[in-house]
Amino acid sequence: MAVDKATVRRVAHLARIRVDEDHLAPMAQELSRILAFAEQLAEVNVDGVEPMTSVTPMALRMREDVVTEGDARDAVLANAPLTRGGFFAVPKVVE
Amino acid sequence: MLDLAHDEPTPKVYAGLTGDWEVVIGMEVHAQIASKAKLFSGASTEFGRGPNENVSLVDAAMPGMLPVINRFCVEQAVRAGLGLKAKINLRSVFDRKNYFYPDLPQGYQISQFKHPIVGEGEVLVDMAPGVARRVRVERIHMEQDAGKSIHDLDPALSFVDLNRTGVALMEIVSRPDIRGPEEAAEYVRKLRQILRYLGACDGNMQEGSLRADVNVSVCKPGDYERFRETGDFGVLGTRCEIKNMNSMRFIQAAVDFEARRQIAILEDGGKVDQETRLYDPGKGETRSMRSKEEAHDYRYFPDPDLLPLVIEQAWVDAIEASLPELPDDKKARLIAQYGVTEYDAGVLCADRAAADFYETVAHGRDGKQAANWVINELFGRLNKQGLDIGDSPMSAAQLGGMLDLLANGDISGKIAKELFEILWSEGGDPAEIVAARGMRQVTDAGAIEAAVAQVIAENPEKAEQAKAKPSLSGWFVGQVMKATGGKANPQAVQALVKAGLGIDE
Repeated sequence: MAVDKATVRRVAHLARIRVDEDHLAPMAQELSRILAFAEQLAEVNVDGVEPMTSVTPMALRMREDVVTEGDARDAVLANAPLTRGGFFAVPKVVE
Repeated sequence: MLDLAHDEPTPKVYAGLTGDWEVVIGMEVHAQIASKAKLFSGASTEFGRGPNENVSLVDAAMPGMLPVINRFCVEQAVRAGLGLKAKINLRSVFDRKNYFYPDLPQGYQISQFKHPIVGEGEVLVDMAPGVARRVRVERIHMEQDAGKSIHDLDPALSFVDLNRTGVALMEIVSRPDIRGPEEAAEYVRKLRQILRYLGACDGNMQEGSLRADVNVSVCKPGDYERFRETGDFGVLGTRCEIKNMNSMRFIQAAVDFEARRQIAILEDGGKVDQETRLYDPGKGETRSMRSKEEAHDYRYFPDPDLLPLVIEQAWVDAIEASLPELPDDKKARLIAQYGVTEYDAGVLCADRAAADFYETVAHGRDGKQAANWVINELFGRLNKQGLDIGDSPMSAAQLGGMLDLLANGDISGKIAKELFEILWSEGGDPAEIVAARGMRQVTDAGAIEAAVAQVIAENPEKAEQAKAKPSLSGWFVGQVMKATGGKANPQAVQALVKAGLGIDE
């Protein structure tokens, strides 16, 4: 699968990664090569093979409905660049 | 199981300039699961705490944190599925739905995209006695709720509270089977009722525990039937999604506005843009959410932090065995068992506690009479004072005791209303109150005769008039009732007054 410049621009925007205009073309090329490498897997016949979801045969473990965490406002906010009255404060998001 | 026969309601028809139009509605209802802890963390779900107090490091998406699923939440999703007569998928998968927003610290919402835990079910939406719409449910999946952003506390900043982040939601997705604004509101009402019966969701819409995204499109008569035959969405109109509705009244108003808006565009030769809209209750209109204009591209993929969710059929069977009687079944049973009307049964079943209250009152008594008192007097009074059945100052035993006194002829209907007032405001045992306050109905003919004789003797002129014109005898009945403090049996008084005045029947 070949990736073009427009796709790189869109994916970068969706991931909120800034990519300068002159980097788009080289990155499209690199991504295309990476995808082509991975595409070799398509040559393997996987008819009737269930998709693998884990390397160990395990089922999802469940937890009981008990409150064991929380009341850690200061720890939660410790790394925030800006806080106000217990809230995270971020540049205005206009709806 | 009892099933009431019903007819389909007719779809809402809008008369346009170019002919009639119909509306087609599908809904995505987000119901918060009534768990103590969140879906993937041990933080509390309690509503109304201070900002960011119910946040674990998992919810805040700190590096290295891993989600562990809450068994109770899974159980409630299964209960909801069983309550909607839906297929339960023993294997389901969690996916990441990727988007950026300040109140979503992970940068993705954990949801179920391709393999939801619950498949196809249905909701029977009651519109009137004997009229109901069977709305198909496409799926129910579990997902995380997002946090809350507050935009009006600072001119330059938005404030973010992550308390709701990670709370478990069930998203219940309907087929586009709803055919009018009233049906849309009733669908949510019925779904809420079922979820509350199940205890899966508290249904508190003011606190946002239940919210609906409403998809609305319009079409010409006949188009919808063609869609049902072929399954081809192409024959239906372009839909708009009205986001985050949390009131039945607003849902009804928003659908009505949106249908008329779309018809006006189409009749003007325009075309409806598929978009997300918000309802403004102040203005009574929907408007486009410009910020979401960018085409959605959520890039779903299976969450590598979570293995597929595999549950045992035996567990599902055990959950099924523990389900309470659901509204449709309860309604049918009340009609069969107590002889109440379908309308009354519907009112009584509105919530489980109310139905239980009624059954306690009706047990071993006249079911219809019990329904009249519970609905007209008790519910009426509760509504007036904004109380829930759980806050009722009068117990089912007290009301039942009062009905016994009425049935035995110990008190008249008029006295029963007085007794109701006393029980409501003062409480106490109905039989004791009647005995202590001398409220017992006088059925002793001798005592009534004496009262009649006295009133006639004191009013000789009126007695002469009444003898000539029997319709005037009502005045004497009233006087005797007054003289006996309303305790005389009215039928007996009437008969004795006529006898006393010498009026022939």
